[in-house]
Amino acid sequence: MPGRKDELVLIDGSRIIIEASVRAGAEIFVGYPITPANWLYLYATQRFPIILAAPDEITTLQWMAGLSAAGKTPVTATSFPGFALMKESINMAFMMELPMVIILAQRLGPSTGSATCGAQGDLLLLRGLISGGHPVPTLCISDLDDCWNLSASAVSIACKLRTPVVLLTSKEMVMTLRSFDLSDLSPIDPIQHRFYSGEAAYLPYADDQNRVPAFLPVGNNRHQVRLTSSTHDTRGLLQHSTDEAMANTRRLQEKIVGNLPDFTYYELDEMEGSDTLIFSYGISSAAAREAVRLLREKGIAVSLLIGKTLLPAPPEYFTILDKYERVIIAEENLSAQYCEILFGGRKPAGISTVGSIGKMITPRALVEEVAGA
Amino acid sequence: MRNEVPSECKLVCIPDEHEMFVKAGRPRRGCQGMKKSLISDCRLAEGRQGMSNQRLRVNANSFAFRMRPQGSSRPDDAKHRQGMSTKFLNTTGLPYCKGCGHHLIARNTAIALEKSGFAPLDTILVTDIGCHGIIDRCFNTHTVHGLHGRAAALGAGITLGLSDPKKKVVAFIGDGGATIGLQHLLEAARLNINMTVIIHNNMLYGMTGGQASGLTPCGFRTTITPEGNPVAGYDICALAHTAGAPHVRRIIGVGDFSEELTEAFKADGLSLVEVVEICPSYGAKLNPGTKLDTIIEASGQKIGLWQTGNKDAYSLQCRENLPSLFEKTPEIKVEFGSKLKRPFSIILSGSAGEGVQLASELLARAAISSGLRVTKKGSYPVTVGVGFSTAEIIISPRGIHFHGISEPDLVIITSKDGLRHNRKRIEAMKCGILFIDESLEPPETAAEVVSHNFRGMGPRNAAIFAVFFFARNSGLISISAMIKAIQDRGLAGKIPIEKMKKNLEGVV
Repeated sequence: MPGRKDELVLIDGSRIIIEASVRAGAEIFVGYPITPANWLYLYATQRFPIILAAPDEITTLQWMAGLSAAGKTPVTATSFPGFALMKESINMAFMMELPMVIILAQRLGPSTGSATCGAQGDLLLLRGLISGGHPVPTLCISDLDDCWNLSASAVSIACKLRTPVVLLTSKEMVMTLRSFDLSDLSPIDPIQHRFYSGEAAYLPYADDQNRVPAFLPVGNNRHQVRLTSSTHDTRGLLQHSTDEAMANTRRLQEKIVGNLPDFTYYELDEMEGSDTLIFSYGISSAAAREAVRLLREKGIAVSLLIGKTLLPAPPEYFTILDKYERVIIAEENLSAQYCEILFGGRKPAGISTVGSIGKMITPRALVEEVAGA
Repeated sequence: MRNEVPSECKLVCIPDEHEMFVKAGRPRRGCQGMKKSLISDCRLAEGRQGMSNQRLRVNANSFAFRMRPQGSSRPDDAKHRQGMSTKFLNTTGLPYCKGCGHHLIARNTAIALEKSGFAPLDTILVTDIGCHGIIDRCFNTHTVHGLHGRAAALGAGITLGLSDPKKKVVAFIGDGGATIGLQHLLEAARLNINMTVIIHNNMLYGMTGGQASGLTPCGFRTTITPEGNPVAGYDICALAHTAGAPHVRRIIGVGDFSEELTEAFKADGLSLVEVVEICPSYGAKLNPGTKLDTIIEASGQKIGLWQTGNKDAYSLQCRENLPSLFEKTPEIKVEFGSKLKRPFSIILSGSAGEGVQLASELLARAAISSGLRVTKKGSYPVTVGVGFSTAEIIISPRGIHFHGISEPDLVIITSKDGLRHNRKRIEAMKCGILFIDESLEPPETAAEVVSHNFRGMGPRNAAIFAVFFFARNSGLISISAMIKAIQDRGLAGKIPIEKMKKNLEGVV
């Protein structure tokens, strides 16, 4: 960019994620320490206007839900063991339609696994997060630019769609230092809260524009607000499986899926004449990018798709994948989790996977998969 | 959902006399007569804190329990006698089993909120899963119905989010919710969150079939403890007060207790009221003839009020206009050059606490100031103070996508821990260089081995000195760039730069 002044720093993803979240308008970080999300917590204490130290992750999510119900936009960061404790409360926040962002820094499982070893093993957990199968918007960071852009998007989507949003990353992204030019970052516009301003009685779960009900915090002096985690009608009153309540439960699904075009993010680098596509996301994107560079250096045509919106799976991915004879899906887990989300238990012909546990997928493994050993 | 009243269990609620009468089995002749005969056992003292005059009885045969306050009713209890408060409650038909004490808690809450001067839209009622939690629809307040046992935490979040002393958050939980959510109660007490928690303690899980909870007293029969609960219940009031709640009260949930609730609603900080009652569907049926006051006395718990004065409620500290994290991330100017033409990967490994991560960060900064791109990955056990500490650094004249290192160009080992962690990697090297402290025996490797006395600078400086050694040895980073990185980090006075430079004078 002409006249631009470089601003080189040595920085990790944690700092960029936290800075972007605050600039996007999130005011409160609720923390409970866990590796490898501890740098996110540390930097949040230096940057968020309000910090709360929760005594456990269930409390974390409950406080966040309460803060959100009161009109705030809270953020937390955790890893699988903490996320597992949050799960019921995330269901509650999803059902109550409360905006919030949960940053999930993946580490090696199962269970407590290895706290200081990265992984991409939590995606199936996220796909099955909500009882009923509703998708929670899940954005996945592939590089430091994503740390900036997707963090801001997560805050924005959470508020626009009245929903918890998961920002998925992993140890290697949030705890690795890189040289980076801060002048590459675009300005972030903070979210503008638009609360219900009508005169008529407020319906907290009305089927409003784009299936997103207008939001109004509890405690306001104008209208009664009822929020509930149980099956409910548009007034927020508990119902059994009445038609109105089931319509609301369906709307929750349609709200996320129907608005997916507004938060579909991916990076597509297609090469003319290529019949092979490498498809990756998250930390494995680095190996995928390097493999594509090496392959092209060798004169081998290959295209690259980096998925950034993972859940719900954008239909664009299928359109892109369908154009290629060969697709190699690269993700750092044992069972090719995103491949399973996309295609179920039976991979279509022409699709292969490269995985790894305990260490990152290497560019060499992808080069060999594309070009042969 | 809520339990239906068993057909054999009937209740007559007579709120205008502050009496309840539960009867099991077929209606008996002379029911009113029995009521009269029991009246002397069912007196509530005027002061209502002393248990000595308070009697509540569950009759074995008639299955009746009842209470009546002694003396005249309070002059401001007209609404209570009518059974509802129109300002806060929108119905007389509360959704509870007949004879359930939850009726009275809801009604007394409504009266007390009004007495306390709150308007319905000043009030946020937060409820749990549990029979009590289905009250939402009856209240004209804001209502938030959450998960089992979490209302105290959810309510705390709302209180903090609103940060408005004119608003009143009331959390309804049961004894089951107090059990599963004990941490939330203690945390709300510890922080002194400005809200009121009302525990509906009917001593068992009513919604799910009458199982024992953590508040079930010893000897009390539940469906899972037909011989009587073998252990004592938590003294939830003592726990909450000890944890820091400044206003804690235990009452028997009969009659008019709106004054007690009003005091709680008006108290600053966390107020907690445990209302002891009995579940007509399970508790009364399984414990015929048992008296509530006897149960409480036998448990060693007290009816009463525990207060701590002059304790400020928790308030959120909002810090406006904090500096950007980028302001604390110093910009690195390109002031030096490097002859590096390709990516060069380095593994630096030693012991925790010996400056490995700092040394690698200084190297990374020096590389950036030399016009290079850098990645720096740290590896260490979860116990950060012991064992190995390893850093993987890539420096490159072009952008770096992948920051992992498969085949390092250089491995630097400064201690036994570092050698142990990297032995296999060193043995697998087919080329490249190994710098190793001269105190250590190099493993079998095809790498070129260079032994040097890194630890001679002291263990804490071994890694930093090794990086200086690399800079001098390779010529890829200048010593000046290293020194600048140290100065920029404000470490010039802490690292023996001159001593290192002198030691390196002979290194080519």
